[in-house]
Amino acid sequence: MGTTASQLGKDLLSEYQELTFLTKQEILLAHKRFSELLSKDERNLPNTRVSMERILTLPELKSNPFRERICHVFSTSDQKNGSLSFEDFLDLLSAFSDSATLEIKSHYAFRIFDFDDDGTLDCGDLEKLVNCLTGETDDTRLTTDEMRQLINNILEESDIDKDGTVNLSEFQHVISRSPDFVSSFKIVL
Amino acid sequence: MAHSVSFSINICEMESDYDQSSRRCRMRDETLDREQINSLQRHCWSDATLKVLSSMPSRTAGLNSAAVISRQDRGSSQLRRPQTASHPHTSRPVQEDFIQEEISTEDAVDDLIGSNFWFIEDNKEQLVANLQGFSVSDGMCKLRAMPLSLADKLEIRRLAFTAVAESSLISRNIPCYRRLSVYISRTWRHCLFSCLSVLSSLQLWHSPMKRLCGRYGTGVLSYFLFLRTLLLFNLLLFVIIGLFLIFPQAIHPPPHDSHLDTLTGLELLTGMGYLSHSLMFYGYYSNTIIKTCRAPDSKPSSTGDQTACNNDVPLVVPYSIPAAYFFTIIIAFFIICIILVYSMSKSFGRSFQVLKSNRNLAAKVFCSWDFKVSKTTSVRLQSEKISTQLKEQLSEMVSGEDKKSCIQQLCRLVVHMTAWVTSLASIVLSASGVHYLSEVTIRHHLLREAELLLLSAVVSGINLLLPSLFNLCAWVEKYDSPGARLYVSIFRNLLLKVSIVGVLCYRWLGKIAVEPEKQGLQCWESFVGQELYRLLLMDFIFTALYTFLGEFIWRLFSEKRLKRNRKPMFDIARNVLELIYGQTLTWLGVLFAPLLPAIQIIKLFVVFYMKKASLTANCQASKKPWRATQMTTLFISLLCFPSFIGAAVSVTYTVWTIKPSSGCGPFRNLTTMTESGYLWDKELKNAHPVLSWLSWVYNSLIENPLFLFLVTGVLLMVIYFHSELVDGQKKIISRLEKQLENEGKDKKFLISKLQEIYEQNGSHG
Repeated sequence: MGTTASQLGKDLLSEYQELTFLTKQEILLAHKRFSELLSKDERNLPNTRVSMERILTLPELKSNPFRERICHVFSTSDQKNGSLSFEDFLDLLSAFSDSATLEIKSHYAFRIFDFDDDGTLDCGDLEKLVNCLTGETDDTRLTTDEMRQLINNILEESDIDKDGTVNLSEFQHVISRSPDFVSSFKIVL
Repeated sequence: MAHSVSFSINICEMESDYDQSSRRCRMRDETLDREQINSLQRHCWSDATLKVLSSMPSRTAGLNSAAVISRQDRGSSQLRRPQTASHPHTSRPVQEDFIQEEISTEDAVDDLIGSNFWFIEDNKEQLVANLQGFSVSDGMCKLRAMPLSLADKLEIRRLAFTAVAESSLISRNIPCYRRLSVYISRTWRHCLFSCLSVLSSLQLWHSPMKRLCGRYGTGVLSYFLFLRTLLLFNLLLFVIIGLFLIFPQAIHPPPHDSHLDTLTGLELLTGMGYLSHSLMFYGYYSNTIIKTCRAPDSKPSSTGDQTACNNDVPLVVPYSIPAAYFFTIIIAFFIICIILVYSMSKSFGRSFQVLKSNRNLAAKVFCSWDFKVSKTTSVRLQSEKISTQLKEQLSEMVSGEDKKSCIQQLCRLVVHMTAWVTSLASIVLSASGVHYLSEVTIRHHLLREAELLLLSAVVSGINLLLPSLFNLCAWVEKYDSPGARLYVSIFRNLLLKVSIVGVLCYRWLGKIAVEPEKQGLQCWESFVGQELYRLLLMDFIFTALYTFLGEFIWRLFSEKRLKRNRKPMFDIARNVLELIYGQTLTWLGVLFAPLLPAIQIIKLFVVFYMKKASLTANCQASKKPWRATQMTTLFISLLCFPSFIGAAVSVTYTVWTIKPSSGCGPFRNLTTMTESGYLWDKELKNAHPVLSWLSWVYNSLIENPLFLFLVTGVLLMVIYFHSELVDGQKKIISRLEKQLENEGKDKKFLISKLQEIYEQNGSHG
């Protein structure tokens, strides 16, 4: 139901405004930036999807270590290739906006960190998460021992029902204890 | 839970296909103990068990759109069918409950949002049915807060709200009287949306702060937010004082000599000369009552002391400047006290954590990535910072009980003692230096203009140099944790500022106010006001000098001589303490120089842009971890106590006990400033019977101690109730945690039983 015609209809704009956490200016800016990612012919087609590679050229996502996970989480494409339509893009910006609620943010954060999409964060997910956080270079990565100790500690602190994984409720419980989450889980165009 | 997990074997590769993972059953180490077998991590569970595990409600959170569902392999699409088969069982009775009980509709929708809502055909209808129970705006709010994709939300919206589609007002079912209300609500919502977006961008400095935050992180942002808060406080103070005190006095100026009309540059700095006979300082304000009365030809004429009005013409409320001065200051302080206490309690609430353990590694790992940072270098810096923090904390835990040798401990003790002795000695020395200098200026009547600046310059110089010394000491001491180091430097800096302000207060209230004739001062309040004005200005000048010269020169030095490519870091704690110091001076001085908040507003405005420019040009993002919320709480509490409380105490002391000077100001010929309150009370009773309720209020609130006792009693009771509540909640939390653990054990037990049964069946059949 989205449109990538050069102008957003007024009705559609107000619908988007009601259903996302974005303001009118933010939606129009998002529309502008999204259109810039399309080629000239694609701009007039409705419902075009932009491939993940092109989305990742956006400066806000270019260096983010979670960029591919973000694209996969917000993509509604059937081929699971991480391509985003304009509405997926709005979803992304809405979840990362200033006024999004803590529940929405923690929900999407959980899905982004769930690298294997199985609904919980187990040891493998946590290890991948920590590697994303600490970067690519060898001197910043944690050693195996440190990784094991870290994951043990994380599970000890956050796994309330002691099943060896962190599910959504436990994740949200940890997030609620940290008041800085809402301000750091933001992307602004 | 002590896992003796050997990760080299058991760290699983990522498989989203459960069929394969059961085939990749790895060889287990014999050293695995029972606890690990009980955990639900991936082991050689059978296919069926894995399917059950993966469709547990706690794990299907987030799989909420059709695309994700179809993403599962063909083989495991059977995964969904048992659910859809079972789902009508659960959804239908649930739906019936919802239809029957209107009351629980809201809870039902909340349940769908909060717990593991997943979007399948049946659920869509259920959701639409639930949303129709709400009004349009509430339903929209709920829909917006759901973690669904936008396409799904649009569809649900169309299904749920076609009946009240706003595009068609002319609908058969909407009667005439409702059309108007629908129209009004639609316009109202449009207005609200546009207003909200305008309001959010109207916030002062909204976009510069966003940019700063993106580049330098939340620590630096907390400094600028604090600056903005102080600006708003001063604005409030200025508005209150301006409306009730400055404005009335400005339109009825008292008679004064006009030969001091020239204004030189030096006078602007020292506050003498022209400025001392202006609205700026205490001495200008008259102790008269302004009476405006209307003559029969309705031309208002204002008079000073004498009333030239006829006695039969009713007077408008007489405006007594002394009473206005007194009550405005008191009420302004009271309002600021309430606002400070409120923001401090909110801040405490935000930073309070009901922590099980005092290490918060999980929160650090989950919440510390700042998604706003977009430059590659900043991203790398952030990764380094997180990595350093994690490694530090891990090593702290491992080697926490490292026994240092005796000599090392002794060395460390000696270093600490030396550093503390140095700092305390420097604080004592500087305080006594200021005291000596003030004695000298008092004794020698140094009233020439350039020399007046000496004291303020010395104080500002001390405030500039000594914190650098403290930072150096802290760096030499090599504290274990960066948090301890930060708190120690804050404490030393605070001690310095408190002692200097204390010495100055003693000078003003203990020496000058008590014996003003000794210094040959007609008007000691104006003099004190001028001193505060000078201190504030000198502070500003020295800050500007330090920002531009200090940071700029340090950057050049470190680049050219030391050949390091590291720019200096922005010292947040020191800058915030400087802001608090300036604000303390303003609060101290508002009684003597009512326009001082305006000066502070201008100063804060300029400091913002100055610091922003210096930050961009000279500094880099800090590598030290900064817990923004805890620090903000600390700064607000430092602002409240000792800064505000100290200023309030000294103002109260001045107003209560010190005799105002008899030659100038609104309180001349009174023994204390509070007498103006009594006099105004009497005057009101005589002049205006209608407003005598005001005097009744004054008498019962301030004169009567019973009211204060009542208020204190109620406050204490409320505090007691809240602390009991918190205790009770803690007990409930620990019980619930135990219960959750038991549930987890139940789950593990059932799953392993399931696996056993499957294995038994498998081996039999």
